[in-house]
Amino acid sequence: MTRLRPLAGILVLLGTVFATLLGGMSASPAQAATCKPADPTLPYIVEGTLLNNGETPLPGVQVNLTGNGVDTCVLSDENGYFMLTVANPAKYTVSIETSTMPSGVGVEPADQASQEVDLTVTSDQGIIFPIGKVADTSVSIWAQLADRLFNGLNMGLLLALASIGISLIFGTTGFSNFAHGDMVSLGAMLTWFMTQILGWPILAAGALAIVAVGASAYLQDAAIWRPLRKRRLGLNQMMIVSIGFSIVFRYLILIFFGGETKDLGSTTEPVSWMAPITTTSTSLLGMGISAAALAGVALFLTRTRIGKATRAVSDNSSLAASTGIDVERIIRIVWILAGLLTGIAGVLWGLRYQANWSTGFDILLLLFAATTLGGLGTSLGTAVGAIIIGLVVETSALVIPTDLTYASALFILILVLLVRPQGILGKKQRLG
Amino acid sequence: MANEIANGPAAPGVAKVDPILVADGVRREFGGLVAVDVAHLEIPRGKITALIGPNGAGKTTLFNLLTGFDKPNSGKWTFQGRDLAGVPAFKVARIGMVRTFQLTKALSLLTVLDNMRLGAKHQPGESLLRALIRPLWRKREAEITVAAEELLKRFKLDAKSDDFAASLSGGQRKLLEMARALMSKPVLVMLDEPMAGVNPALTQSLLEHIKGLKDDGTTVLFVEHDMHMVRHISDWVIVMAEGRIVAEGPPNEVMKNPAVIDAYLGAHHDSDLGADKIAKEGN
Amino acid sequence: MDLIVALQSSFGELITAGTAAFVLCAIGLAIHFGFTGLLNFGQAAFAAVGAYGYAIAALDWNAPLVVSVLFGLLCAIVFAVLLGIPTLRLRADYLAIVTIAAAQVFKFVATSSAITDTNGNVITGGAEGLSEFGGTFYSLNPVPAGAYQVFGNSLTQDQIWVDIVGWSLVVFCALLTYFLTRSPWGRALKGIREDEDAVRSLGKNVYLYKMQALILGGCMAALGGMVFVINSQTVQPTVWGTNFTFTIWTVLLLGGATTVLGPIAGGIVFFTLFAFIQKVLEGLVSLHLMGNLTIPQVGQIRLILVGLALMLLVIFRPQGLFGNKKETLFNG
Repeated sequence: MTRLRPLAGILVLLGTVFATLLGGMSASPAQAATCKPADPTLPYIVEGTLLNNGETPLPGVQVNLTGNGVDTCVLSDENGYFMLTVANPAKYTVSIETSTMPSGVGVEPADQASQEVDLTVTSDQGIIFPIGKVADTSVSIWAQLADRLFNGLNMGLLLALASIGISLIFGTTGFSNFAHGDMVSLGAMLTWFMTQILGWPILAAGALAIVAVGASAYLQDAAIWRPLRKRRLGLNQMMIVSIGFSIVFRYLILIFFGGETKDLGSTTEPVSWMAPITTTSTSLLGMGISAAALAGVALFLTRTRIGKATRAVSDNSSLAASTGIDVERIIRIVWILAGLLTGIAGVLWGLRYQANWSTGFDILLLLFAATTLGGLGTSLGTAVGAIIIGLVVETSALVIPTDLTYASALFILILVLLVRPQGILGKKQRLG
Repeated sequence: MANEIANGPAAPGVAKVDPILVADGVRREFGGLVAVDVAHLEIPRGKITALIGPNGAGKTTLFNLLTGFDKPNSGKWTFQGRDLAGVPAFKVARIGMVRTFQLTKALSLLTVLDNMRLGAKHQPGESLLRALIRPLWRKREAEITVAAEELLKRFKLDAKSDDFAASLSGGQRKLLEMARALMSKPVLVMLDEPMAGVNPALTQSLLEHIKGLKDDGTTVLFVEHDMHMVRHISDWVIVMAEGRIVAEGPPNEVMKNPAVIDAYLGAHHDSDLGADKIAKEGN
Repeated sequence: MDLIVALQSSFGELITAGTAAFVLCAIGLAIHFGFTGLLNFGQAAFAAVGAYGYAIAALDWNAPLVVSVLFGLLCAIVFAVLLGIPTLRLRADYLAIVTIAAAQVFKFVATSSAITDTNGNVITGGAEGLSEFGGTFYSLNPVPAGAYQVFGNSLTQDQIWVDIVGWSLVVFCALLTYFLTRSPWGRALKGIREDEDAVRSLGKNVYLYKMQALILGGCMAALGGMVFVINSQTVQPTVWGTNFTFTIWTVLLLGGATTVLGPIAGGIVFFTLFAFIQKVLEGLVSLHLMGNLTIPQVGQIRLILVGLALMLLVIFRPQGLFGNKKETLFNG
């Protein structure tokens, strides 16, 4: 029977999830409508899909069509799709109402925000607006750099919160968890659900979401990873299992919460005294919380008995076990801690950048880059690595297209592996 | 004995009459800890040399460094006059310096015979392009197989040749690893604890194999804890402690060397090493 | 719901070039993982690189079929070398992390509208992707025009043609793998899978072998990618995500990673089941037996089942459905 324990664990976990799912729940935020939907009976069509960075749909953005005596508009739907119809073949101008886009997102190059379509040659014309994060060119390069560095620090702190979990789990068990990013998505989605659908205050919702992600981490360990450790499953096998689990996790989030990118209702009003740095009070508070949480982890690892035991297990788990440390208990605590930290990262990431079902998986690349850069398994190194990754990703937007900034993390990852594979603070012996 | 092998009285780093391997200033640190710090070392050609020392003395690290499996912080060494510093491990093996490992590395999901075949040199079929054209490597494969079967017979593993190496006992794996290393007809064999875990019934034949190697002209360097074996088969003994070479000499002299006894037993010693045991077993 | 119809169309799924494409990728992954022990978590990117290389050569240079295919393979070789140089000297999980990251970045790059040719056209077609590049392939079609009945599905001559070519490539790659893995070269690969230090100590250039394996398996995936996009006539960035990669892993582990027939058997079982489950779930949804689930959500549930299958296979049957327990591969 012990052979079947991981199976039982997985089934119980999934069973619970599916039961809730089939119990019925559908959630979709109401949308403001100022434009009328297109008249489907008109023969000439202009259509397109608004995607941020070419992948995240932008719902509720206003698209205008003018020319030939027509002046009409439409809002994109939850998939970012829009359709405009007109009665007569002519040349029209289609433009995006940039003020209806989320803050920080715009058409780039800006002259593409307004495009001409020729409906005399075809009755159905597709149109693409290149959308991404915008850099304001009227601002001096130094002001832009300051802004990017500040926001890079913000991103770095969030990445640090999420990647320390990967690092702690790797340190204590040797296992690289590819399902870690999905806990970020879970934290963000739960916060969205509680604030936007249930209308709860953000502080309560955020705190609950963090606890829920921590609990989910405990459950993941108890239902899947602990039984697999008991079976002495190889680390490579565990890695593949975690990929399978990540797929399951991600698509469950998709089924539960839907595919749209969620706005968690944070303020968009910039804090004026921070100029030229554009940030919001939510982001500032978030940075304060991240920094406090990271300081807390540092204190926990260096000052408390359990923290010291955690480091002992990371150094050499069999030696730690022989000195009377309950290794399994430490691993359990590490999982819960990793879950809580990743939960905080998820809530704050959602507030700062918005989030969808695959956000966590999308940033997994950044998380692994951070842990590798810092030296797999060292918490301090990971935090430093994460902040470097955050800074590089943000500042690289000054020189490379915004939709390729994440690629800079891969570049760093490869560079680190070539030059110093043990990471900035890692010890050489860890390589083997 | 000392005069046949060394130029001058036995002392750490003494020059040899005919050295095959010469190392100078080889140093390796792990995060501030000095694991190996060998000022000068020469290994005599055509002899059996034992490398002994307490746990953590740096014997295996020295093996790793000399064979290219680890990189020293500094140091140079030559094999048959050829500079080997910075040469990758696989090239070191091709030049004729082949090692085995302390923890056996039998290739579990290959058959015993395939393990042996993999040890052979000059198989053209090991290149990707020629692998597809069987006539290019079939003849060599047959030769290799004959040589492998011969060696397996000598090591009493011939009955197992079609089994997965995973099915062998720990001692048999040790034998397989040694036999596999011999497939390439090395000039210098470096054995890392060849006797550890080997069934006592097999130890005698293993000793004979190692002596046989010397008779074939192969140089042997081995790490061992079993003083009985060291005493019986080695022509020369090198003692390491805390990364350094603390003594060298013919086995009988070295075993009586106070520095060696210190290194092994610390302050609590009252007899020379292994002498009693060997005397008893000898009778 | 008619189970017979569901079964029949599921069998129809089997012989399609789409299945052949995944099987090709899985044979490549068998060389990587099954025979050499390389944890490649970015096989989708190898397929995508081949597919884009082919499509770009065919569209932008009007290259003949052979040149397009060779260019696709060349792209895959370059990609393998770029990923292999930093990772193949390191522990296995670094390759895993870098390949999964590279696959994601490749998607970003292909989706991006930043990389344009001199005329300002996005080379990869951006989010829309590229299409209509199969002309040189279909113009060689020897199959007479008409509609053909296969397992109750009606196929055009072009579909038949791409199915034939796809499965011929499967046979070719399987035979190639068969002969290579039984050669001394294959013996060295298997040795590396078991313990690369041991093989190094025997004088073999382990790094070179791993690179050759990464390139060879990557080229097979690139062929798979080309078959995939010639069949669908479009190449879009969203297709080549982690789902694509781990469908390949599931196919491979289902059949058994250390055998040549494993990927083929795995592909056949997987896609029959995949199509069958889709049909059954859709049937259940249309009968309102699945709560609030909608038809699009059925596709998502199907992916959850893929993830679950991957987990359960690795935990309980790592040798695959048809593999021998003794040959269980994992040892790390």
